[in-house]
Amino acid sequence: MNTNTNINIIKPPKEDLFKSGKFRSFLIQSIVMILVISFITWVVNNTATNMTANGIAHGFDFLWETSWFDIGYLPFIDHTGSSTYFNAFIVGILNTILVALLGIFFATILGFLIGIGRLSDNWLVSTFCGSYIEVIRNVPLLLQIFFWYHAVLRILPRAKNSLNIGDSFFLNLKGLFIPKPIPETGFNSVLLIGILSIIAIIITSIWAKRRQNLTGKQFPMFITSLLILIIPVFIISYLNDFPMFWEQPVLKGFNFKGGFRLIPELVALLLALSMYTAAFIAENVRSGILAISKGQREAAAAVGLTNSQILRLIVIPQAMRVIIPPLTSQYLNLTKNSSLAVAIAYPDLVHVFAGTALMQTGQAVEILAMTMSVYLTLSLLISLLMNWYNSAMALKDR
Amino acid sequence: MKISHILKIFASVLILSVGSSAIADTLSDTKSRGHVRCGVSQGLPGFSNPDADGNWEGIDVDVCRAVSAAIFGDADKVEYFPVSAKERFTKLTAGEYDILSRNTTWTLSRDAKIGLTFNGVNFYDGQGFMVRKSLGVSSALELDGASVCVNTGTTTELNLADYFRANGMSYEPVVFEKADEVVAAYDAGRCDVHTTDKSGLAAQRTKTAQPDDHMVLPETISKEPLGPVTREGDEPWSDIVFWVLNALITADELGVSSSSVDSVKNDADATPEWKRILGVEGDTGAHLGLGKEWAYNAIKQVGNYGEMYERHVGMNTPLELARDGSPNAGWKNGGLLYAPPIR
Repeated sequence: MNTNTNINIIKPPKEDLFKSGKFRSFLIQSIVMILVISFITWVVNNTATNMTANGIAHGFDFLWETSWFDIGYLPFIDHTGSSTYFNAFIVGILNTILVALLGIFFATILGFLIGIGRLSDNWLVSTFCGSYIEVIRNVPLLLQIFFWYHAVLRILPRAKNSLNIGDSFFLNLKGLFIPKPIPETGFNSVLLIGILSIIAIIITSIWAKRRQNLTGKQFPMFITSLLILIIPVFIISYLNDFPMFWEQPVLKGFNFKGGFRLIPELVALLLALSMYTAAFIAENVRSGILAISKGQREAAAAVGLTNSQILRLIVIPQAMRVIIPPLTSQYLNLTKNSSLAVAIAYPDLVHVFAGTALMQTGQAVEILAMTMSVYLTLSLLISLLMNWYNSAMALKDR
Repeated sequence: MKISHILKIFASVLILSVGSSAIADTLSDTKSRGHVRCGVSQGLPGFSNPDADGNWEGIDVDVCRAVSAAIFGDADKVEYFPVSAKERFTKLTAGEYDILSRNTTWTLSRDAKIGLTFNGVNFYDGQGFMVRKSLGVSSALELDGASVCVNTGTTTELNLADYFRANGMSYEPVVFEKADEVVAAYDAGRCDVHTTDKSGLAAQRTKTAQPDDHMVLPETISKEPLGPVTREGDEPWSDIVFWVLNALITADELGVSSSSVDSVKNDADATPEWKRILGVEGDTGAHLGLGKEWAYNAIKQVGNYGEMYERHVGMNTPLELARDGSPNAGWKNGGLLYAPPIR
């Protein structure tokens, strides 16, 4: 009895623009977008109008004004009182990138070590790694930064009583001073030989891999590479009378001059950021390794691979597929958390630009918008890189 | 400061965008609220600092108390907002409080560029340097290459850059957000030098572990006229703050204190000037939108400028700043304090 009605429903509907699902969703999306855009325009416009009415300057012209302030740590480009606010912006970005990259580097190494250590059969190692993770990731990061900063400041001696390691390395309250290599004439030939050696190493490793694929014979690649690199470079350096000059830090007046310098603020921030993030990375690594089925290990052991070979050749490459996505978010967290630098006077972007520059110009809206877009850009860049790496590592259908 | 923190500031800035641009009437808002909202420091002895019981006191706090006395006849109707140097102006212009009385230097760009009005000076200061005595330095010109701890968002940071540049010296600024962190880092030895306004150095020296190990160098490298700040665009409110402060300065000049103001008021032979100021004859308060006894209440409850000074920063306080011979003496005694006539 119901058959008739059913047939009616199945009939193709008339071609009505408003009843087409595609068109409707297009229409709704357009309306929402127009509303959002007009809301943003209204907010921006109203802000500008109100600021003008209240006698507050706005716009981005301030970027080209003289900043009149100095910045304490300038490893890349210079900044003096006569530089512009834009220059301070760039200095801030560079200092943020410095701490983020170093932090990611150390956090990754530490995180992998702790994560693998947590799964160790050695009771002492696994318990130590386990307690490290539980303690570090459950204490607020800001407190850890303060802890390291004040611990560093309490322990280190004054400049005049620096810890002196072979008259080259000095450690005191104002930082770690290390010799800085300065190339002399003849350095270019050393550099050339170095590059040639590296090319030779790459060729050798390709040959070794091909030979292993064909014959199954292994080649001691590590030792060979080291020899190919060191011997020619040493000989050419010797012939050129070692064309590298080490600029030693020397105590002059209040402080050491010359050489590289790591300020205590950077050290404390790096310690806190990388130890904190490493605790999370370690858990990602553990989950990645545990995701590999036991059969893989057993099969690898059955064909005679050693424990370290199983880890390096079988487990880690597969585990990486599980590890990389959460690792990306840890990298993003670390980058964003680096803005806590402001608490301990490390001149990063938030400290220099959203701090001093904001204060001196009073242009909070523009400066905070710029600062937020820098973090957004950095985060998106990291995501992009990691997604690219992820797709390179992902399982390929063969 | 975390990203979430930035968002918070950004949100408070956005209040500007939502608030209407109608002409503000801070006085009637304050009257209907029943108390004055006052931005102060996060703790600077002598200027604005909570005492052992948590009550705010200091020469900056007294300005707000005097305004409260002038409006409500009660100096205690004040709500305090401790703010950092960095956020003090944004929060004032966003309307979180109505007077900023927080050792704030009067400068051209602040006055003209970020929507502020400065209402006179309650303390003339100048920037100086504090060092460890063991450093063996006797002049700021010997500080080439030193590390200097300084507070962010202050004129101090700029004066410091100017001074070292003008004298061809290098230095390393170590910049903190809170005054307490500056002192802690200096005290730990991270910096050779601590710089801020000299009154601030006197106050913060008392916060170091061994105050006697430190000395303030003789140079004064800047002019720092500190005074109460209000939003631009509400002249009647700014007038109240300006004239209340000047009533206290006038009382100091004419020698009328909180203890003698009653007898002057009841004295039929008092000068016409005093009859006018205290509201016995005429009504100066009406021009300001206040009661007749606005100045009487402020002087009676807070004291004249001299009382304020001696109570919080004078020789009998830990700051030990002598008033005689300083710019903070009255103009008749060779200082800079000079109030326009109240008539």
